[in-house]
Amino acid sequence: MEQNNKKTTTHSIGIYLWIWGLLFVFSTFSYLVDWYNFQGLLRWSLIIFFMLLKAGLIMAIFMHLYWERWAIVNVLLWPMTAIGVFIGIMALESEYTFLTRTLFFVIGG
Amino acid sequence: MSEIDISKLPKGGKGFMHDFAADQTIFKGVPWGKAMMWIFLLSDTFIFSCFLISLMTARGSATAEWPYPSEVFGLTMFGVEVPLLLIAIMTFVLITSSGTMALAVKYGYEKNRKMCAWLILATAVGGLTFVGMQAFEWSKLIFHDGVRPWGNPFGAEQFGAFFFMITGFHGTHVSIGVIFLFIFARKTFRGDFDTGRRGYFTSMKSDYKAIEILGLYWHFVDLVWVFIFAFFYLW
Repeated sequence: MEQNNKKTTTHSIGIYLWIWGLLFVFSTFSYLVDWYNFQGLLRWSLIIFFMLLKAGLIMAIFMHLYWERWAIVNVLLWPMTAIGVFIGIMALESEYTFLTRTLFFVIGG
Repeated sequence: MSEIDISKLPKGGKGFMHDFAADQTIFKGVPWGKAMMWIFLLSDTFIFSCFLISLMTARGSATAEWPYPSEVFGLTMFGVEVPLLLIAIMTFVLITSSGTMALAVKYGYEKNRKMCAWLILATAVGGLTFVGMQAFEWSKLIFHDGVRPWGNPFGAEQFGAFFFMITGFHGTHVSIGVIFLFIFARKTFRGDFDTGRRGYFTSMKSDYKAIEILGLYWHFVDLVWVFIFAFFYLW
């Protein structure tokens, strides 16, 4: 049992320190996006890029998902598509609300 | 509990089919506590997603100017206006505590009791520092800037409600995590996971797997902060 644990769950300290360092670097980069005051599409794509990189590293290495069997990985990651769909629906919804509000303020009720 | 030697099972897509078709436990080699923690974290993901999606909806539909977080959360240090300074420091503190937690899990599985316990304690202190800085941030916004859930001096009125709700809910998670980290640090120092001493609440024996499960929760708190940092503070 102990043997089994050793094989499946402990990794050299190096990989954790590397990921730790990378998370620091990526956080610095996403902070620099604000520091240099990037705007528009560049800002948003950079923010999302570094966010997903950091999230991926935390989940894969710190939370050990990289070493888990596909059964649990799939059960955890597929529901995220529902969140993606929800984001799409609500983005449309907010644009519609913005439109009706603008119309209300310009034309009146 | 009988252990399954997962190294003998098929891996990848084949393993996925094998595990789901086996008419047995699906999550092979995953202790039940870990599976339940993951399922809890999945449901928590949906809660935080709902908050952040609501933020997107409110911000996208607000006709008033949305307050610019870079300025709202900026601090003046030595006469220089630094944007998001406190938030950046909080981010680094939380990542650091996530790193010490990852190492605590590693040393736990290696049965290095002392090292594991000190690292859990370091994680707890990191979490406490984070909560402390958040308390400072809240009091600055409430007492100095006059931000309220129903209004603020910077712009769109919805801003305050979202700020308090999202960072408050995350801060609650951090606080609960800190409490459990201190409890687990004590349990580890005492050697509960080596002697199989029964827990106060659960009256069940435990081992170092419990630290990995606690670690999952703590990394999740860090993970959520990555998204809050991106969508609330940077956007």
